[in-house]
Amino acid sequence: MADFSEYKNVWVFCEQRQGELQTTDFELVSEATKLASELGCKVVGLLLGDNVKGLANEIAGYGADEVVVCESPLLKDYTTDAYAKVLCDMVNEFKPEVLLIGATNIGRDLAPRIAARLHTGLTADATHLDIDTKGYVEYLRESSTIDVDNTTFDWEDRNLKMTRPAFGGHLMATIICPRFRPQISTVRPGVMKKAAFDSAKAQAVKVIEPAFELSADDIKTEVLSIEKAANKLVDLIGADIIVSVGRGIGKDVEKGIALAQELADVLGGGVVGASRAVTDAGWLDAAHQVGQTGKTVHPKIYVALGISGAIQHTAGMQDSECIIAINKNETAPIFGVADYGIVGDLFKVVPQLIEEIKKAKVA
Amino acid sequence: MKAIVCVKQVPDTSGKVAVKENGQLDRASMATITNPDDLAALEAALRLKDATGCEVVAVSMGPFTAESMLRECIARGADRAVLISGREFGGSDTFATSQIIAAGINKIGVGPEDVVFCGRQAIDGDTAQVGPQIAEKLGLPQVTYAAEIEKDGNSLIVKRLLEDGYMKIKVQTPCLITCVKELNEPRYMSVPGIFSCFDSEIEVLDYPALQDDPLIEVDTIGLKGSPTNVFKSFTPPQKGAGTMLAGDDVANQLATILAKKHLI
Amino acid sequence: MDFTLSKQQKLVQQMYQEFAQNEVKPLAKKVDAEEYFPKETVEKMAKLGMMGIYFPKEVGGAGADVLSYVMAVEEMSKVCGTTGVILSAHTSLCAAPIYENGTPEQKAKYLPKLCSGEWLGAFGLTEPGAGTDAQGQQTTAVDCGDHWLLNGSKIFITNAGYADVFIIIAITGTVTDKRGRKSKEISAFIVERNFPGFSVGKPEEKMGIRGSSTCELIMEDCIVPKENLLGKKGRGFQLAMATLDGGRIGIAAQALGIAEGALDETIAYVKERKQFGRSIAAFQNTQFELAEMKARVDAAKYLVYKAALKKQEAMDGAKVRYSVEAAEAKLIASRTASDVTRRCLQLFGGYGYTRDYPIERMMRDAKITEIYEGTSEVQMMVISGALLK
Repeated sequence: MADFSEYKNVWVFCEQRQGELQTTDFELVSEATKLASELGCKVVGLLLGDNVKGLANEIAGYGADEVVVCESPLLKDYTTDAYAKVLCDMVNEFKPEVLLIGATNIGRDLAPRIAARLHTGLTADATHLDIDTKGYVEYLRESSTIDVDNTTFDWEDRNLKMTRPAFGGHLMATIICPRFRPQISTVRPGVMKKAAFDSAKAQAVKVIEPAFELSADDIKTEVLSIEKAANKLVDLIGADIIVSVGRGIGKDVEKGIALAQELADVLGGGVVGASRAVTDAGWLDAAHQVGQTGKTVHPKIYVALGISGAIQHTAGMQDSECIIAINKNETAPIFGVADYGIVGDLFKVVPQLIEEIKKAKVA
Repeated sequence: MKAIVCVKQVPDTSGKVAVKENGQLDRASMATITNPDDLAALEAALRLKDATGCEVVAVSMGPFTAESMLRECIARGADRAVLISGREFGGSDTFATSQIIAAGINKIGVGPEDVVFCGRQAIDGDTAQVGPQIAEKLGLPQVTYAAEIEKDGNSLIVKRLLEDGYMKIKVQTPCLITCVKELNEPRYMSVPGIFSCFDSEIEVLDYPALQDDPLIEVDTIGLKGSPTNVFKSFTPPQKGAGTMLAGDDVANQLATILAKKHLI
Repeated sequence: MDFTLSKQQKLVQQMYQEFAQNEVKPLAKKVDAEEYFPKETVEKMAKLGMMGIYFPKEVGGAGADVLSYVMAVEEMSKVCGTTGVILSAHTSLCAAPIYENGTPEQKAKYLPKLCSGEWLGAFGLTEPGAGTDAQGQQTTAVDCGDHWLLNGSKIFITNAGYADVFIIIAITGTVTDKRGRKSKEISAFIVERNFPGFSVGKPEEKMGIRGSSTCELIMEDCIVPKENLLGKKGRGFQLAMATLDGGRIGIAAQALGIAEGALDETIAYVKERKQFGRSIAAFQNTQFELAEMKARVDAAKYLVYKAALKKQEAMDGAKVRYSVEAAEAKLIASRTASDVTRRCLQLFGGYGYTRDYPIERMMRDAKITEIYEGTSEVQMMVISGALLK
């Protein structure tokens, strides 16, 4: 067994875009505090950018003890080459035991590149993390079909256990990286719970600004422009109410989407989501997609209209607080995860439901 | 000039997925397809061929059964196909896989004008890691999540998707691009393509063919050498079934429940 | 008879199915409702090498085989009868007679463009007074030394509105047999759309295959170059009949496809539709209807595939004729299409009678297969003629 004694602390790569931290950063820092307490070590945020030092307090407010800040005009916008170089240099200098990176489009560009360069393993898109075997076993008891009481576990194991869905959510796999350090995982946005902001902790942050080398020659790509999407973005992850549509709207796609939006509105300003069948057919764009290859959501109310409930979809919504399913087919698997199910034609049921909710709200 | 395309044969997870009692995927009982994002990568390469007349080489790592998928790539318009296959490679994680594929691409050779295309991610593992890791091993610049590709002299201008918009990135060849489904509509196999694809020879690179490549570290390939291991795999339990509402007044019943629970 | 598909045929069938589902099916309703000729589908098929499937690569074909062509018509017709017949008329009635009877110059001039889909083909035999009685031709072609002068009209010509090349049957004189009886001398010509004196009339309004462009052809002192006589002078009737032998295999494939498509739709529907508290698939009447239809469809399929294999033998150089096989395939497949679509519609009940479902379109599309390229009665004449000779 290799000697990992010089590897310490849980690091979080804190992604900023145009000088703004991402919600995922706070989720990851919060989760890192849990891991750090199990390991008995510190949580360190790593922040790369230009003029970003001021964000360190915010990171600390969610639980980081220290924030390593690397500033350079060359780090202003994300480029794979610049970020990978600086990140690898920092890891080699400080030797974190664990490194968490948000599984955003940027995180998933950066993480594999640095893991390959650092010669260590990488787990993609984790949805659950454990150090202590005890906590892991409790997680298995809740979330798996494994008979944990009749299974042998190594209670002394101190590897990071990174659990992630695979095969479209049909299987969960717990991954370990026993022979190399750091243990790196990208973590799915929207899954880890963000802690309450702690102002005292935010003020107490220790900012470290190590020296590093980076020149324009290190960067082989050129960012010509960064555009925000023209349309208002569908914020599925932050939504409290989501009404999603599936293949069942095929009879009249426009009307189906309009009904979903209207229902979302009367329920209280929700957004419209979609199954993969709908985005594949081009009825709604990919930003609306909920599920394994789309977004993972946990709104207060999730309504599934005409969605059969393939596991690819349910993987992304089954943790919603209240799930309502309306489907013509009474054997549709969506009813297996729904709190309330109605067998019927969505084009008939939804207008009635909209009226009834309006009435109930007045009453 | 060449366009090298990495393709993977995957179980069709959008259909019925069979899981064995031990929690492993029952691959034998499932239909296999070409990974959808990889078809977008192949189409991107074929469009580069349409525009420049370059050679398109399809590369896959997998069991011998992946040969049929490579023939389909030829039927779609690829000029050559290379299958990287060997017992020693089985069970490789992304780190191990990428060094093997990178070594295979090294054998094919990456010239100054060449482009390596990969799909963003495979629908079985969903890691999106192999593309960037191949780029790292080959020392190529990468652009991931490509939704538009434009050739501009010796560079490519790529529209790279972000969650809240996109970046336009200019990258010099040789480079590696990972493609999303939205990039294009993959073409169909053509009838003449289908009727000639079985005459092409699929080049096979096995372990002895690659073991001396400088990119291969013999102790980090295959199941044993992979840096990451599966600690446990399991199936998530089905959430208990809820209440089915029935009758002519279902809408009213549901609204009443939601009101009672203060959800509306 | 070996019906095992080769690996090429299996793969090409898979491609046709994907293509039909993604490209052809979404247009089928519009094609029918608006009498819309699906030009874009023809262009897409052309790109995939589907406009010259069984012709060798040397003449611009895809280098596949007759069965692969028949499967193409079948798969397109499963979702859109119009698309099926566009492909069939182009291939069997225009490209095939040129391939089989053309001079090297004619083949070099026409086949590459027909096979690549740059040109669309059609075939003109039927006239107002010459339907089943093809000998009743009125269109004339006069030898004017350095060119032919054609006069007359043709009706019900499939693809006419969009075709660039037409095979035209016309009278070139009279012949007297040994007993002194006179009859018309019939010859075939390759006529291009832009030849002087050639025009295309208005499309017919039809019951089914409504997007297929079916028009009259008018030739008024139409000048056709000397070298565009197809086959030997005076052999036009034989050429037309041999061409129809091939065409009938295409129409049989179209009929087969329509029947299979209707059955597919019906199987999906009966599983979904509930009456008396259970899906109608649970009723024995539904089960027996489906079972019998499936058996009939398979019987038709074997005849169609058998005819295709027989034509393949001829393509490969064997001196065989396939008139009887083609007639049997068309007779049975077209009857099966009409019968199956009617029975499928009955299983759909009232919904089947509405245009919300494709089944009534399929029923209307099916009927023509019993009529064109020789009615069922003509097929029986062909079959019985061979039996009793």
